[in-house]
Amino acid sequence: MKTILYIIQKEFKQIFRNKGMLPIIFVLPLLQLVILSNAATFEVKNIKFGYIDNDHTSTSRALVEQFNASTYFNVLTDFPSVALASSAMLKGEVDVVLDIPQYFERDLQKEKHHSLGVTINAIDGAAAGVENVYVTQIIQRFNQQLKVDLFQISDKQVHPISIETIPLFWYNETLNYKTFMVPGILVLLVTMITLFLSGMNIVREKEIGTLEQINVTPIKKSQFIIGKLFPFWVIGMGLLTIGLIIAKIIFDVPMLGSLPLMYLYTSIYILVVLGIGLFISNFTDTQQQAMFIAWFFTVIFILMSGLFTPIESMPEWAQILTEFNPIKYFVEVMRMVMLKGSGFMDILPQLLKTLLYAVIMNGLAVWSYKKTN
Amino acid sequence: MNNNKVIQVEGLTKMFGDFTAVNAITFEVEKGEIFGFLGANGAGKTTAMKMLIGISKPTSGKANVAGFDVYSNAEDIKKNIGYMSQKFALYDDLTVRENITFFGGIYGLSRKRIKEKSNALIEELGLENVANKLVGALPLGWKQKLSFSVSLIHDPKIVFLDEPTGGVDPITRRQFWELIYKAANKGTTVFVTTHYMDEAEYCDRVSIMVNGKIEALDTPKKLKEQFKAENMNDVFLKLARG
Repeated sequence: MKTILYIIQKEFKQIFRNKGMLPIIFVLPLLQLVILSNAATFEVKNIKFGYIDNDHTSTSRALVEQFNASTYFNVLTDFPSVALASSAMLKGEVDVVLDIPQYFERDLQKEKHHSLGVTINAIDGAAAGVENVYVTQIIQRFNQQLKVDLFQISDKQVHPISIETIPLFWYNETLNYKTFMVPGILVLLVTMITLFLSGMNIVREKEIGTLEQINVTPIKKSQFIIGKLFPFWVIGMGLLTIGLIIAKIIFDVPMLGSLPLMYLYTSIYILVVLGIGLFISNFTDTQQQAMFIAWFFTVIFILMSGLFTPIESMPEWAQILTEFNPIKYFVEVMRMVMLKGSGFMDILPQLLKTLLYAVIMNGLAVWSYKKTN
Repeated sequence: MNNNKVIQVEGLTKMFGDFTAVNAITFEVEKGEIFGFLGANGAGKTTAMKMLIGISKPTSGKANVAGFDVYSNAEDIKKNIGYMSQKFALYDDLTVRENITFFGGIYGLSRKRIKEKSNALIEELGLENVANKLVGALPLGWKQKLSFSVSLIHDPKIVFLDEPTGGVDPITRRQFWELIYKAANKGTTVFVTTHYMDEAEYCDRVSIMVNGKIEALDTPKKLKEQFKAENMNDVFLKLARG
């Protein structure tokens, strides 16, 4: 036990003496939290909208006016021809083109229905989907009004029975994107910092030759690893604390669940990350190699964590892979506890899986650290 | 087993794939002896030493260090030996005193003992003025002396020194050997590799390794007689050139 204290003391001294690393550990992640939470948004806004009005009637103008009134569409361009609209889309000057055909108003009054052409730039499939929904909603609303305006005198038999859905958004009533992103970004920064620090730590001692000096002492492997991990565990918990304060003060993210529960989960989660870091450290000879491997896993873990894209929409094999992704569990737990107010029993499955993961990774880390080659 | 033999090696071999780095070496070192382990660069000195200090597993052969077997009791060996590597291996970003405290701590010394040791050691090396300075800022010669003293902090039975005076000026080398003598006089066995042949003269006995094999082993005086050489340098050249 006393031996561990000497290692912890030494590690802390080295961390706080490293003037180059301190800002990286404490300032960069928080900048990341503030910047990413504001910038990394999936809300589709400022859609560049164009239209080709071949009809030039009050109805067609009223339809365009609907788009004009919407806050999502902002640049309105009137294209004289389809060809010009197409070339504008090719140049990226317009995202959505609405093609109003000739005799739109006349046919609508005569035949009671008409089709419209909508072209959407779908390079970003997700954005295109959202744009499609917006366009459809606006046209439907327009349709409702038309029914009122055009068919006032129509008899009750043909009066359409409209079924309206009123969506209720639970847990994030205002669909505030930041509420959704902040807990996730917080997860990222806690993970990245602790993974990189632990991943580079033992390999650094290998590089400077001090590990060999440690290996000729009678220190126990577990003592050495616990002594090495503990300081980074403390840093991880510290980052979580600072991150939560920022989430509350700057972003006003609701914190419905219990804070101790978040800390309990995070304390186990960090052990997983540190275990992975040390495991990487033991299998590499230079900090450069360790960094590359750590990056490789971080990128996969982040992209498959459900942070940016829902896991439910991944192919089945990918969904199975995400079971091995610790970040996935952390993102789930943070969102559940912060936004839904989930309790201990709700996060128990994630908690147990994470605990098992921690035991395995740290077991591997201790096993793969060899004092004798 | 003779209690006076603190290192007993028999047919110790280390292979890396097809390459035999250490080829069936056999020797014994007595308690309190200064044993010089000579050889050209790449002769296998460091590899042999790493097997003796328990950080490298031998391919075959027997070795017993400080009464413990290198295969089964490597961790017990580590309690009884000190080691100073070729590469400076204290922490540059810790102070002199912090380095001593850290290594004292992981060898399990009590706080009181660490304090006494630190003070004695700093005084002996004349490092009072830099005791609270970062080790990285010290000149190489001072670092080497500090590193030697730290390897003795837990009063080991044997201390292994791997080219301890590499890159150090002649005056510091002389001072370094005075430290080695001091330790030997206290009963510590010193196992030292070097390729400075004048240093070989300071050893009680020397072995000369060529291409993984021990080609000669005796006192410097007898070796000079045996090879009809003026000094150890000539002995070494005769052997190394084959």
